[in-house]
Amino acid sequence: MNLAQQHAAFMTILRKEILRFMRIWVQTVLPAGIIMTLYFVIFGKLIGSQLADIQGLSYMDYIVPGIIIMAIMNNSYANVVSSFYSAKFQRHVEEMLVSPMPNYLIVAGYVAGGIARGCVVGLVVTAVAMFFTDLQVYDWAVALLVVFLTSLLFALGGFINAVYANSFDDISIVPTFVLTPLTYLGGVFYSIDLLPPFWQNASLGNPILYMVNAFRYGMTGVSDVEPRVAFAIIIGFVVLLYAFAILLLRRGTGIRS
Amino acid sequence: MATALSIHDLKKTYASGVEALKGVDLEVSEGDFFALLGPNGAGKSTTIGIVCGLVNKTAGEVRIFDHDVDQQRELAKSFIGLVPQEFNFNQFEPVEEIVINQAGYYGISRRAVLARVQELLEQLGLWDKRREMARELSGGQKRRLMIARALVHRPRLLILDEPTAGVDIEVRRFMWDYLREINGQGTTIILTTHYLEEAESLCRHIAIIDHGRTIESTAMKDLLLKLHRETFVLDTRERLPCDIAIPGFTARRVDDTTLEVEVERSRSINTMFAELERQGIHVISMRNKSNRLEELFLGIIEAGKA
Ligand SMILES: Nc1ncnc2c1ncn2[C@@H]1O[C@H](COP(=O)(O)OP(=O)(O)OP(=O)(O)O)[C@@H](O)[C@H]1O
Ligand SMILES: [Mg+2]
Repeated sequence: MNLAQQHAAFMTILRKEILRFMRIWVQTVLPAGIIMTLYFVIFGKLIGSQLADIQGLSYMDYIVPGIIIMAIMNNSYANVVSSFYSAKFQRHVEEMLVSPMPNYLIVAGYVAGGIARGCVVGLVVTAVAMFFTDLQVYDWAVALLVVFLTSLLFALGGFINAVYANSFDDISIVPTFVLTPLTYLGGVFYSIDLLPPFWQNASLGNPILYMVNAFRYGMTGVSDVEPRVAFAIIIGFVVLLYAFAILLLRRGTGIRS
Repeated sequence: MATALSIHDLKKTYASGVEALKGVDLEVSEGDFFALLGPNGAGKSTTIGIVCGLVNKTAGEVRIFDHDVDQQRELAKSFIGLVPQEFNFNQFEPVEEIVINQAGYYGISRRAVLARVQELLEQLGLWDKRREMARELSGGQKRRLMIARALVHRPRLLILDEPTAGVDIEVRRFMWDYLREINGQGTTIILTTHYLEEAESLCRHIAIIDHGRTIESTAMKDLLLKLHRETFVLDTRERLPCDIAIPGFTARRVDDTTLEVEVERSRSINTMFAELERQGIHVISMRNKSNRLEELFLGIIEAGKA
């Protein structure tokens, strides 16, 4: 396919993906808005007002970036895993498999859809956050790059999960048993300075910690980790998962018998 | 004439261990209307799946308009349109979107394809339904939707896997006319079906596969010539005598005015009529007892078992 044709194919998937999550926004966009509002009210306002500042930030200001990036991660992942899995389940993935579209375009289209949902939800949560605090951005470039790379990474993860999933249960196992714990332990609600040394070191093995802190750095200038290290780690994972996703498609794992 | 599809010694063993294809060979010329026949589980859909990139082959070679599906995957695929055996569109997507998106996957932009989509949906009687969700269509409408979807990028080779299964007579006739028309315009068509009169009336070449092997591949005419004997059912105006006999033919009285006659291909039916005439019996109507291709087909499959 020439470039114009590839562009048309990519836009077809992206458009379809955006329409899909916008059409069912009550299931895809609204829940994050509600849950994250509760976090702001309960942790940020009620409990946070009783807590001391962390690294010079009020507790509310400290957790806002973590909550925004958490919503972005969850939604980028969820969008791709449920959409690609249902394409497999209903077999309309075959519409793409019979076409001359190269594999990387299929990955790119779905992942772009996931990034789009992550960004829409991120904006909603950010808008909500503005009711609770006076939001500032310390470094736009860092903040936006972290949003892009993190949602890209989680969208790729969702794609790989969908490839392996054989039932609707399979698409919630990884989010429930891996991603949610890692996110909560990833410094959304606390600084790892508060942990005993052993757990501080253990936390450094959690990739999500780097994404949360890199984003917090972009928003507030405060971080538990060096932003450069965070970028290196995120980009490393992106490359790894992308290569893996392409390999799976080439082999036809889960989609071609 | 170019070769639209050539398959050489195609083999497929599924992960479950089922050896679905043990050596399929096919050669379909450009412009042909080709029937791929075989009993349930013979390997027709598996063969088609491999040709279209839905199933990984275990061994063998597939070329589409002389492009190898492994080495020139994109080009090879761009020539094919597929109407699969089972519904495989998004049930929650509107009819029109399904067709437009399929064009998109072939690299045709929305803007460029709208007129084509309208043309197809009108031809296939789905234009009024264009905004409805696919799941709200009837079975026959869903089949027609899959035909529209398969044709949107103007494929040179159209492959239909049982397109008329569960379709009423009127729609089936319509589909036959429609397929004849696009074949007439130059599209090569490969069709699988279990309705052998459909294959007989539409197709010029035929291949039969059974247990994962090609066991016959020939021109429809040549195959029909192999039929040595045909059984006709005659309706007569006069009551038939109980001991009716037609010298040179095997006749069996079914009821008062119905007669079954077996005719060897070497003999002329005229002789039979003449003999009946002589006995004062007039034939009002006559039909084949069973479809000619059906008899052959069963014979070939039986022979394969022996
Ligand atoms: N995905 C699959 N996994 C394992 N075995 C399969 C799969 N698909 C088909 N088979 C097996 O392969 C063989 C050939 O099946 P195939 O669907 O190609 O037959 P067919 O000729 O299309 O039959 P039908 O006329 O019933 O559609 C059968 O034994 C079938 O059980
Ligand atoms: Mg089949």
